[in-house]
Amino acid sequence: MASQTEIADNITEIVQSALEYYGKKEEELIPILAKVNRDLGFLPQEALEEISGELKIPKSKVKSVASFYHMFSTKPLGRHVIKFCENAPCHVAGGREVWNALQQATNLKVGETSADGKWSLLTTSCLGLCAVGPVMIIDEDVFGNLTADMIPDILSRYE
Amino acid sequence: MSYIRSHVLFSNDPTILAQGGVEVKHTLLDEIKKHNLVDEVEVIDTPRIGDSKSGPEFIVYPEGYHYVGLQAADIPFLVEEQFLKGRVVEKFLAPATKEKTQELGAPTPKEVRVVLRNCGTINPENIEEYIAENGYAALAKVLTEYTPDDVLEIIKASGLRGRGGAGFPTWLKWNLTKKAEGSPKYLICNADEGDPGAFMNRSVLESDPHSVVEGMVIAAYTIGASQGFVYCRAEYPIAVKTLNIAIEQARNYGLLGEHIFGTDFSFELEVRKGAGAFVCGEETALIRSIEGKRGEPYPKPPFPATQGVFGKPTNINNVETYANIPQIIFRGAEWFASMGTEKSKGTKTFALAGDVKKTGLIEVPFGITLREIVYDVGGGIKNDKGFKAIQTGGPMGGCLPASYLDLPVDYESLTSAGSMMGSGGMVVMDDETCMVDIARFFMEFTQAESCGKCVPCRVGTKRILEILTRICDGKGKDGDIETLEMLCSQIIEDSLCGLGKGAPNPVVSTLKHFRDEYEAHIYEKKCPAKTCKALIHYSINPENCVGCTLCARNCPVNAISGSPKQTHVIDPDVCIRCGICSQVCNYDAVVVT
Repeated sequence: MASQTEIADNITEIVQSALEYYGKKEEELIPILAKVNRDLGFLPQEALEEISGELKIPKSKVKSVASFYHMFSTKPLGRHVIKFCENAPCHVAGGREVWNALQQATNLKVGETSADGKWSLLTTSCLGLCAVGPVMIIDEDVFGNLTADMIPDILSRYE
Repeated sequence: MSYIRSHVLFSNDPTILAQGGVEVKHTLLDEIKKHNLVDEVEVIDTPRIGDSKSGPEFIVYPEGYHYVGLQAADIPFLVEEQFLKGRVVEKFLAPATKEKTQELGAPTPKEVRVVLRNCGTINPENIEEYIAENGYAALAKVLTEYTPDDVLEIIKASGLRGRGGAGFPTWLKWNLTKKAEGSPKYLICNADEGDPGAFMNRSVLESDPHSVVEGMVIAAYTIGASQGFVYCRAEYPIAVKTLNIAIEQARNYGLLGEHIFGTDFSFELEVRKGAGAFVCGEETALIRSIEGKRGEPYPKPPFPATQGVFGKPTNINNVETYANIPQIIFRGAEWFASMGTEKSKGTKTFALAGDVKKTGLIEVPFGITLREIVYDVGGGIKNDKGFKAIQTGGPMGGCLPASYLDLPVDYESLTSAGSMMGSGGMVVMDDETCMVDIARFFMEFTQAESCGKCVPCRVGTKRILEILTRICDGKGKDGDIETLEMLCSQIIEDSLCGLGKGAPNPVVSTLKHFRDEYEAHIYEKKCPAKTCKALIHYSINPENCVGCTLCARNCPVNAISGSPKQTHVIDPDVCIRCGICSQVCNYDAVVVT
């Protein structure tokens, strides 16, 4: 298990790399947050504070931007993140049954992370894959034309 | 010079890649190399999708053989047979009779593909294929023969209206930005297609990004902009990638950047990703997001044309608006204006979703009726059920019942019918859809996406959602309908931006056309479409039940009791209305009321 200093160093390294890539300008705040969120899995408070200091933007403002956008998370997530599309076209195509199956299989409600840290269950904005709905993403893998009975098999592929 | 005798269009749809498509492609490329066929057989990525259930697939041209369900182990044999021996491998061919769900199929007779003309037929990562289809010829003409005012005249004559939903005359918007004072001027492409069910922009960006780039350069020249952004939602990673490749290639060819086509005109373009906020499709919220802020809309005036991003004059148009520009310049304003209705010229892409046989993208001239779209182009309702309603314009559009099927589709007619054009999403609903549930569903979406800045939207949508949820849970009260109507009219009138103003539309339209369903939920505690779980009852018909015990064994909550060969009974207090008993019963004995 990494020590506190090791985690902190890791955060600094990743934040600095994002700042270097995009440049230290206020208008680059969202791309910077996106990169840090992707590399760390979420946006820890330490990362937000460091970004605030480097960009010379108040901490509250950085926090307000980080908490506004759906794709950023200020809480740690599980090893595998399930994002299910719960929008109308997927819903009309049988999404309700698939969503029930997902909740049952993971024993989670929306926004929760399992106690063993394996799964997080989230919903996502429409992915534009409505022609093959219902759709979900696990990490970077996309699954379409879902039915409830496909869920256990798909989930079993993830360690 | 190599002579390519065979082209393989390999579907790189994310769903396909997730089913082993990556391995299949690598093996395919390896085998082609192994047999020294690299100069004869070319593998091209295509975003075009077949039925995504059939797994990794590709099409071999010129024969047109569509191979599906492939695994890496199949490839060596397939390559040998198809490319060395010239023999089709029947066992991997897509079944011809199977009805396929495609994102973008071959055009049906009533379609006219302008914006979608290149989608699926060119390699979006190769600028030369776009050029071969008269790409950038319009830009060349503009930069060498036309002044900005000449271009404005052409766009005005074409009658092009913004395709993002509001339908504002494009030439007028450009003119306002052109005349505004301030420098530098900016050009933005709104690629934040957030409407659930709409994926037209995604397809254009993934399949024909240069049409957008070219349109933007022409617009920039016309208004005098030197810097542009394509604000693309992060939920479209392939579109972002294809756009970036297109921009780089255009720059390398001198079609973007400094001294375009060797003229004095320079224009820089970059992609900015969204971060999952539907409201950022609203132009002022989008501007805030590019500036690194919370995506909260601000009041207009001032309009972006005079004071936009970084406080400078900015022109914002939708992806589809820009994608039309090269064709209008190249083929002429008259050609474009020959299509459509008197006030709505040209074509529009729509994304058909929901309970229709052929979901996917279509492009039709304005003036076509909803009936033609649903039945002729869409193939009718899935499983031949009845038509109940169609929602146009995204989550803030209205739901129109069957009596509106003969409505010709254009901006004015949809608005006066109580709906709107929006970006082009159309969700078709069959007769097993509960319209109260649908209204609640859309309100859930808009409530979650409300930026929270203004009270009418932030609080009003929440109150509406609470009432609708109560009604669907069987706890509707006398007076609820009147409260809903009052809330809707206040939110529409007082909200700051289009999201708030449009959020009540599904409720308003369903109250207008399906009031009886609301009344049944509230006063009779019944859901006529048998969808709302709290209002439906599962029971077993003793005449049909043979006591096979299948339902009892499958019930997840043990709500069914009965001995073998005896009629079974469902306990209504335990039953969770999951519907499994009905699905497994082979004797049609489960009744839903």
